[in-house]
Amino acid sequence: MSTPEYPSNMPLGADQHRLRALGRNHRLDLAFQGTTFVFAMLVLVTLFAIIASLAVAGYSTFATFGFDFFTLNRWSANQEIFGALPAIYGTLVSSAIAILIAAPISIGIAVFLTEKCPSKLRQPLATTVELLAGVPSIIYGMWGVQVLAPFLQRYFPSVLPAGTGLFTAGLILAIMIIPFITSVTRDVLMTVPKATRESAYGVGATTWEVTRSILLPSVKGGVVGAIILGLGRALGETMAVTFVIGNNLFFAPTLFGQGTSIAALIANQFPEADGAQRSALLALGLVLFLITLLVLTAARLMLRKMDRAHG
Amino acid sequence: MASHAFEIRDIGLYRRRRWRNSVFVFACTGATLFGVVWLALIVAELLIQGLPGLSLSVFTERTMMSGGGLGNAIVGSLMMTAAGTVIGTVVGIAAGTWLAEYGRDGKLANVIRFISDILLSAPSIIVGLFIYAVMVQPMGHFSGWAGGVALAIILLPVVVRTTEDQLGLVPQSLREAASALGAHRWLIVTKVCYSGARAGIVTGVLLGCARISGETAPLIFTALNSNQWTTRMNDVMANLPMTLYQNMTINSFIPDLVQLAWTGGLLLTMAILALNIIARFVAR
Repeated sequence: MSTPEYPSNMPLGADQHRLRALGRNHRLDLAFQGTTFVFAMLVLVTLFAIIASLAVAGYSTFATFGFDFFTLNRWSANQEIFGALPAIYGTLVSSAIAILIAAPISIGIAVFLTEKCPSKLRQPLATTVELLAGVPSIIYGMWGVQVLAPFLQRYFPSVLPAGTGLFTAGLILAIMIIPFITSVTRDVLMTVPKATRESAYGVGATTWEVTRSILLPSVKGGVVGAIILGLGRALGETMAVTFVIGNNLFFAPTLFGQGTSIAALIANQFPEADGAQRSALLALGLVLFLITLLVLTAARLMLRKMDRAHG
Repeated sequence: MASHAFEIRDIGLYRRRRWRNSVFVFACTGATLFGVVWLALIVAELLIQGLPGLSLSVFTERTMMSGGGLGNAIVGSLMMTAAGTVIGTVVGIAAGTWLAEYGRDGKLANVIRFISDILLSAPSIIVGLFIYAVMVQPMGHFSGWAGGVALAIILLPVVVRTTEDQLGLVPQSLREAASALGAHRWLIVTKVCYSGARAGIVTGVLLGCARISGETAPLIFTALNSNQWTTRMNDVMANLPMTLYQNMTINSFIPDLVQLAWTGGLLLTMAILALNIIARFVAR
């Protein structure tokens, strides 16, 4: 860097003073940029540290069981048989049920909020839906086991004799992810230019026709991204599911029966586990993280494409 | 004549379209009611079950097998949430600053942005397992610090995201004006950009704080829980979410503890909803 020039009429002392201040500020600049960079890198490091630490901690399980870890039909800690199949099945099925319920409802809410809602109600309704996302997962669990499960048991005893099970977990998950899918869907619907939809209404199209032919086709990727994002949430949800999924550690190919999920199994068994069982639970954690990583990456890529198309 | 016949056909089509549209609008309205009714049901249940147990002793006594209160859990939760918020906010603001002010559209910045988004939606139970593996196991014991760090990691991406978004909203001309006056980069960022983005960042931190104060799963593996008065962050630490969890599961045969869980649930939910609403007001 060349020495900066100052007006020649400046007193000599002040000149030196300024130079020193310039140097000090330059060092502060470097320090500030360096510090923020280190913290930004910390975000990057965290992700890899999570994967690495779970892989290391779960290594002995993968080494002992190999691929059997994914195909054994039970998780039996006292016999040291660790099969992830029941948990993986329960995770996928309960999340699938949640998505099947939550996706159409969330799209409906988003369309109502953007197209049909009286403007006075719009903000309060949107806020209420978003507040649902703020209720902690444990509260959903308590409510699920004390209110929802007994209700289902009482009125649908032939389908849900115990009240709890994969379907009940799916229903709770649906309630929990509706706010997420709704708010992202609403955001992408709002990216459709006002002129586009108004010209459609102008030639006499109904709300249904505008939604089906104009709105949804132009934001398809974003809506799918929102749904996958909701799926990512559902896969890893722990406390609510732990209460209502039934915690059956044997594989049963059922939709309404009792089961377990990866997250619920870890939460239930970890406090009393040690040695091989603890390693197996950490290995299971890695499996869950890799599944959600895959799903979330897909969701983010779809939403990012939307950003670029409309941003 | 021809035009008349056309009109009759048209009316049939018109009715069909109108009918289909009514069904659709009705379904959307129904979906909205379905989406909103749960908040009312849950809050009502919390009030019905939780209010009768509300008394001063809930705040002043510690949790005991015979009931007691939630004082120790509330203190522990406040301490860990505070630790998590401070750590997560410092790291998050710094990281968000780098993304917005220095990284910009660079490849590395895009990767970090992407990873931060992934962490934002990552299961919180995984964060707990991670801290268990890197902090609890090496240290040999559960601790409030481990709980605080786990909560900080959950808060981190929320703050990174809002900081970057809000700094991005500060007009470039403000930076140029400050630069023209001779201000250095660090001074521009700390004095000009931060003050422009302050309201938004505070909102983000409050929302993140609300989110971590209800987290249970990561605390199972990090802070655990305790029935004692705890203020030492280096020990197992009592906290509200874990107390609710234990009272509702392993201690669910004790009516007093179930009652306590509902009262605690009411307090926790009200605190979190209040934080959410305050955050929305700050944003305006």
